[in-house]
Amino acid sequence: MDTAYLIETIIKVVVILLIFSALAGIGTYFERKVLAFMQRRLGPMYVGPYGLLQVAADGIKLFTKEDIIPTNVVGPIFKIAPVITAATAFMAAAAIPFFPQFTVFGYTVHPIVADLNIGILYILGVMAVGLYGPLLGGMASANKFSLLSAARTAAVFISYEVVSGLAILAPIMMVGSLSLIDFNNYQAGGISDWIVWSQPVAFVLFWIAAFAETGRTPFHLIANDHEIIDGFGTEYSGMRWGLFFIGEYANMFFISFVIPLIFLGGYGDGSMLGALGLIAKVAFFFFFFLWTRAAWPDVRPDQLMWLCWKVLMPLAVINVVITGFVMMF
Amino acid sequence: MKMEQFNDRNVADNGYFLVDIEDYPTDGWGKFKRVVKRTFRAELFVGLWVVLREMIKFDIHTVQYPEEKLPIGPRYRAVHEMKRLWESDAERCIGCGLCEKICISDCIRMDTKIDENSRKEVTEYTINLGRCIFCGYCAEVCPELAITHGGEYEQASEQREHFVDYAYMLTPLDKMKAGTQMEFEGFGAITPHEDERVKKTPLAY
Ligand code: SF4
Ligand code: SF4
Repeated sequence: MDTAYLIETIIKVVVILLIFSALAGIGTYFERKVLAFMQRRLGPMYVGPYGLLQVAADGIKLFTKEDIIPTNVVGPIFKIAPVITAATAFMAAAAIPFFPQFTVFGYTVHPIVADLNIGILYILGVMAVGLYGPLLGGMASANKFSLLSAARTAAVFISYEVVSGLAILAPIMMVGSLSLIDFNNYQAGGISDWIVWSQPVAFVLFWIAAFAETGRTPFHLIANDHEIIDGFGTEYSGMRWGLFFIGEYANMFFISFVIPLIFLGGYGDGSMLGALGLIAKVAFFFFFFLWTRAAWPDVRPDQLMWLCWKVLMPLAVINVVITGFVMMF
Repeated sequence: MKMEQFNDRNVADNGYFLVDIEDYPTDGWGKFKRVVKRTFRAELFVGLWVVLREMIKFDIHTVQYPEEKLPIGPRYRAVHEMKRLWESDAERCIGCGLCEKICISDCIRMDTKIDENSRKEVTEYTINLGRCIFCGYCAEVCPELAITHGGEYEQASEQREHFVDYAYMLTPLDKMKAGTQMEFEGFGAITPHEDERVKKTPLAY
């Protein structure tokens, strides 16, 4: 491992950390604005022009708030739980190619921290570990709403994992690799090569599972404000709560990268146009997360489990079997 | 903004109707049929379309409060006002003390004296807004339509006394000169077309 590689990797890590922390903040701004417009409101308007500096105001508030550790909580676990959520969200980013490779000053940059040969497994696995944050935080909080939320986390956890894993199995069988770069190159030929045309069921299933994974609205039952206060976040304050928040939004962005990379051709042939196309796709998927939040009701935990185990999982299995048969003959 | 839609209490003609709700299925086959129907009728996309349509129409209903304010109804009971006579700009209050008497939270305090024309004149008149419950009895009982409720609902101040003394409540003279004193239309006020309904008192029975 030479020094240049090390320096390059560190720079990439720092850039990704900075960009996506900032994006998580700006994501909240977009979320508020989009939700507001869909509900005929204006959203934040007072801090800065059109409320643009609201993000900074919220950041200052979160950073300067007192870090309260309530008396009866299990201290170490309570303290580490938000870090798990935020850290795993960013760790998952390591195997995501955000951009096609490009050349600056005669030096070729691969905008991926580590092109693992098991990239997808790694991403799904690490993102799933992120749910330990709500689970542990909720159980350590000594609060019944947090405990309920932890129980729901476990329910969500065992439900969606199966679906997302099985859904993605069929595309993996077609591509024959687990690296997202290979996935991208498989679809580099243009729109007709996109896996979504040959695997529409897997695409929809994975998309649905992504909502459970990030805990967004139809499956926002882990921290459902109107049922269980803020769930696992009830006892958290200041920056610890902020870490949960950043983790959630970073996760949304990363999963919005993963879906187009697997199913919608990613950055295509690696040209500038392809890169812009990927950004447009990511923007659409992020927007869709906000869109559903304005439009759809939340399901109950038992409905989520019913959906995952009795509807989506059989569909995913059938999809895998059919794909196998088609590939065999 | 028109007030009619708020004043119209006749909900029956306003497009209200009973929603047609199907019975819930009880057996497994019924439930299965419902799931299939809901899945393929794409009900979720109806919701998505509705919110997207609202976003595109951009028909924003937000009232940016400190800069914009909604009109409030004429019967709203906010901080009191003391009116003047249209004819002479003199104060309407005749110091009868009815408002002080009727006030159920005992927050009106007044003092009167006989002035040089042998008329009763109000020397002190305060309302303790910390106790007032804005019931409107004082405005209702006042025989001269002198004390009324105004529309000033913003009552943040360093001193609660800021709102309560006579000079504050009394219509300023320049407003009187400009003829912009608003007549109170709330409870106890004269109803419209009162003139036509008034009958002469017969002098002999
Ligand atoms: S509104 Fe009611 S409580 Fe207030 S001063 Fe008048 S009579 Fe008293
Ligand atoms: S009831 Fe009217 S006229 Fe009588 S004292 Fe009160 S404000 Fe004056």
